Amino acid sequence: MNEEYIIKQLSIFSENKAGKLAAIAKIFLDTGVSIQAFNIAEANNFGVIRVIVDKPEVAFEAFAKQNYALKYTDVLAIKMQDVPGGLFEAAKLIGELNINIEYAYAFRSGEYGALIVRVANPGEAAKALKKAGIELIPAANYHF
Amino acid sequence: MFWNEKIETLKGQELRDLQLKRLKWTIHQTQNIPFYKRMFKEAGLHPDDIKTLEDIRKIPFTNKSDLRDGYPFGFLAVPMNKVNRIHTTSGTTGKPTVVAYTKGDLETWSELLARNFTMAGLKAGDIFQNAANYALFTGGLGIHMGAEKIGAAVVPSGTGNTKRQIEMIEDFKVTALHCTPSYAMHLTEVAEEMNADLSSLKVGCFGAEAWSENTRKDLENRLSVEAFDSYGMSELFGPGVAFECGEHDGLHIWHDSYLVEIIDPETGEVLEPGNHGELVVTPLVKEAMPLLRYRTRDITMLMEDDCPCGRGPKLARFFGRSDDMLTVRGINVFPSQVEHVLRSIPEVGDQFMVYIDRGESHLDEFTIQVEMNKTFFSGELSDFVKLQQKIVKTLQDTITVRARVELVEPGSLPRFEGKAKRVIDRRVI
Repeated sequence: MNEEYIIKQLSIFSENKAGKLAAIAKIFLDTGVSIQAFNIAEANNFGVIRVIVDKPEVAFEAFAKQNYALKYTDVLAIKMQDVPGGLFEAAKLIGELNINIEYAYAFRSGEYGALIVRVANPGEAAKALKKAGIELIPAANYHF
Repeated sequence: MFWNEKIETLKGQELRDLQLKRLKWTIHQTQNIPFYKRMFKEAGLHPDDIKTLEDIRKIPFTNKSDLRDGYPFGFLAVPMNKVNRIHTTSGTTGKPTVVAYTKGDLETWSELLARNFTMAGLKAGDIFQNAANYALFTGGLGIHMGAEKIGAAVVPSGTGNTKRQIEMIEDFKVTALHCTPSYAMHLTEVAEEMNADLSSLKVGCFGAEAWSENTRKDLENRLSVEAFDSYGMSELFGPGVAFECGEHDGLHIWHDSYLVEIIDPETGEVLEPGNHGELVVTPLVKEAMPLLRYRTRDITMLMEDDCPCGRGPKLARFFGRSDDMLTVRGINVFPSQVEHVLRSIPEVGDQFMVYIDRGESHLDEFTIQVEMNKTFFSGELSDFVKLQQKIVKTLQDTITVRARVELVEPGSLPRFEGKAKRVIDRRVI
């Protein structure tokens, strides 16, 4: 039922060195994959690039072919009103549901804001969030 | 200044007579050890066949691997109720080398150290700070006993907490410091940052790793000490086997206590003075763990010229090894040991490189580059951080080495054809 809200984020291991981002972006360019949301988490000399794209399978295959360590990670996208307090409203409700956010990043998507969240059990969380009246953005909005 | 002038300057026939007497005693002592009993039997030798000092060449060499195979007490020549102290050195595949001392050994050892410290001009009234590890490392307790023997006031400061070390030197007006040369450089830099006044220091005893004449100049200028090179190894008691006199041109080894041979490490042939080769030592005074023709793997030479100080022939300063052992922060490490530990971590796998550098702080640093094993990648950053911590902890726990771990992309490390060289020493000494 909640499958439709589960977004396949690509998590790509990358060393933190000059020219690395360009090399990764080039793969998206070469495969004609469009980036919907993009985030880098870094620690010491390396990082994990988290990216949501229109064609995850195409991108996955291209990166795997070039020997990158990468994985699909299931995430949810929460719709936020693009007004002051939009994030607060969303975060408050998530907190009240006692759902722990492992990491999150936000971006603007048309008229509204989107908060991408990684939680322990996305299926269960999606159900709880919907029930609490939080609007989730369907995966189909990103993958097409 | 001499601690025991007669014995320190003993030369010629008188020295040879003493060495032979002690060699015969040592050989008899080794016959309590199954390894040596078997060695003599297999070589068709009887202890009484050794009638001159040169006859020692009939005896096969003893290697560090022999000692390791004897773990833990296979090389004890005395019953445990005669053993007074046990130390160990870190070992290749998890098994350390055990060294044991009788009460008499501890006395002899501190006596040799007392000679060294007296040679460096130290005496009662000096305040001696020993910034060495006081656990199993022989440079802690060993140096401590020797400094106490000469009547110095010993500060057992141990390792670490550099600021506190510097405060003690300043507040106590410490006159002598013992530590590794790289730690001395680090301490110097911190002291300079703190604007500390270390002018009370006059003597620095530095050992457990090789250090250059440039480092000596640096330490002497910036730490205002006269720097003395100290050589030793646990198998030969520990520190104090050889030490510089005020000439600072080679190290005096105590010929009444250690019979020195320099050999060609390839052929085992004994070389004449003036030739570089591997130091082979037969300690003449060890009760608990006597050794015969022990291959130190350290490269040096017996110097030909007499020393103006009046003591016996010196060994040239040590710079090389005839095996691939590395000394990192005073700890002996074999590349194979590091490889073994890393391979035991499944996430690491086969693809890793180890670099040893002497960093800006002058302390040796291990950097380990590990290729991400794709099968262990869950997509979470926290996994990597956990893996880094796991590698650091495993190395610390098994071979007491502190390392910085860098995770790199699959396929980015060099692949080797033939014998892989995964441990690279990049230090410029």
